[in-house]
Amino acid sequence: MATQHSRSAARVMMAPAVILLLGWMLIPLTMTLWFSFRRFLPLRGGDLGWIGLENYVRFVTSSSFWPAVQTTLVLVGGVLLITVVLGVLLAMLLDQPMWGQGVVRILIIAPFFVMPTVSALVWKNMFMDPVNGLFAHLWQAFGAEPIVWLSDASLFSIVLIVSWQWLPFATLILLTAIQSLDSEQLEAAEMDGAPPLSRFGFIILPHLSRAITIVILIQTIFLLSIFAEIFVTTGGAFGTRTLTYMIFQRVLESQNVGLGSAGGVYAIILANIVAIFLMRIVGRNLDA
Amino acid sequence: MGRIVLDRVKKNFEQVTVIPPLDLEINDGEFVVFVGPSGCGKSTLLRLIAGLEDVTQGTISIDGNDATDVPPAKRGLAMVFQSYALYPHMSVRKNIAFPLRMAKLDKAEQDKRVEQAADVLNLTDYLDRRPGQLSGGQRQRVAIGRAIVREPAAFLFDEPLSNLDAALRVGMRLEISELHKRLETTMIYVTHDQVEAMTMADKIVVLHAGVIEQVGSPLELYRSPRNKFVAGFIGSPKMNFLAGEEAGKLNADTVGIRPEHIRASASEGDWVGRVGVSEHLGSDTFFHVHVEDWPQPVTVRAGGEVEMYHGDTIYLTPDPERIHRFDAQGLRLG
Repeated sequence: MATQHSRSAARVMMAPAVILLLGWMLIPLTMTLWFSFRRFLPLRGGDLGWIGLENYVRFVTSSSFWPAVQTTLVLVGGVLLITVVLGVLLAMLLDQPMWGQGVVRILIIAPFFVMPTVSALVWKNMFMDPVNGLFAHLWQAFGAEPIVWLSDASLFSIVLIVSWQWLPFATLILLTAIQSLDSEQLEAAEMDGAPPLSRFGFIILPHLSRAITIVILIQTIFLLSIFAEIFVTTGGAFGTRTLTYMIFQRVLESQNVGLGSAGGVYAIILANIVAIFLMRIVGRNLDA
Repeated sequence: MGRIVLDRVKKNFEQVTVIPPLDLEINDGEFVVFVGPSGCGKSTLLRLIAGLEDVTQGTISIDGNDATDVPPAKRGLAMVFQSYALYPHMSVRKNIAFPLRMAKLDKAEQDKRVEQAADVLNLTDYLDRRPGQLSGGQRQRVAIGRAIVREPAAFLFDEPLSNLDAALRVGMRLEISELHKRLETTMIYVTHDQVEAMTMADKIVVLHAGVIEQVGSPLELYRSPRNKFVAGFIGSPKMNFLAGEEAGKLNADTVGIRPEHIRASASEGDWVGRVGVSEHLGSDTFFHVHVEDWPQPVTVRAGGEVEMYHGDTIYLTPDPERIHRFDAQGLRLG
């Protein structure tokens, strides 16, 4: 079917979408790159000209850079750990035949449909509020001192909120993977004398390995750019300043567009490294 | 040792009875084939013996011990599944060694047994490959290898050849039969293919809607089928059934006669008809003959290289000794 004619027609047809996508991506990217090499202080004189790599050096040598990197890693790592472990367990649970399966599955997915800002506010005000929050009441019911979640356990609180949002995604992907496991394999393992834990370790987990990798990579890309949850809860205070949040602060709070752009370029490089791994694994998945 | 006795075993799924109470004895070293049309409960019966399904009522005993509530792993049986159920992320070696690893045998013993099994099954060159890199027949052998290393009391095969192409199936059939002769272990084999049943079995169990229709050696079933179902199921091509006038002459409701027990001739015989379809296999020739006023064509086996074709007049003579008579309930008479 792929004649010369149909191929050139296809190119023409695809052009608008490709051009739009390229423009959408290339213009901000080019502007970010451009600003990152300039001293650009909108409220203090505007664009003050070319300064080479100074922004890049300053961003990395700032005293808050390494703590921000650490915070980012703890946030991403923590959320990944919780969502993958609970995701596998939940997926196995949901795979069991039970009454009301369809409704339960939809309910499980529900948190994913809640906007990040909304879910963070709900958690902040309804669960974690030290006076009126559900957790405060729970603690008090046991006679304990309520925890001031967002200042005493700030990073952990954010990990919790973000995990709640992303658990459905992990569960859903892992559930479909579990459903594709040939039940005869499990029966064969049972006949071969493997107790339930060994069946999980030797059959189910290896079967899920690819799905878990995909969950980890996709989530990493999105988790690196977590912003709303931090903005509406701690505002970057109490050790919750991630790399993304630091870029936001450099651009909007310090009004230093150049410095923020340099940070943005670092973030692009980081996200691309993850993306390359993702493409490879997804590609391999399609080959097999 | 592998003597398996089923005593009044019954299986319900929800409210539906799949297997009404059933008795069966399988002796040590026997090759038993469960055969029947799909949905007859033969796989369920095998899974009951394996322990993958719970019995609703009755008892299963293995070597004289009640195994009804023993978990599958502890019954000492090994199963080969229709899909082979190999572990795709493990090499052939690890697949075969898996039951030994689960039994916590030491490494040297594991290796020894895997090598032995691989040698028996011609898998030595493939031990380090993954199942995905093997052909259907090789995968089948790995599945058998995984069963052999456990040295089970009995092997259970669940339609193991149905995923293979016709040529390979004949080869694997021989290999499994040879394996049985060598190991002399009880084997229970489920199939819907009566040719597999006839060629491999010491004892055939014909199942129909969860009920055992007849148990016997292949030739017993062939010579004296207990009812019309067994008569029609065993033998290829199928037995011809005649009702009405022809059956009435012999005081039966229905008579059955196998295609190979009718003599075909171009010049003389008891019945006269016309050839509908003729199948020339070289070694045999099958004619589907339309006899006037009979509702079904009659299948006849003639010798090889018989030159008669569509539309030719043909005379048929049944062998009177080989006519099976059935009553109105389909049960054998006389």
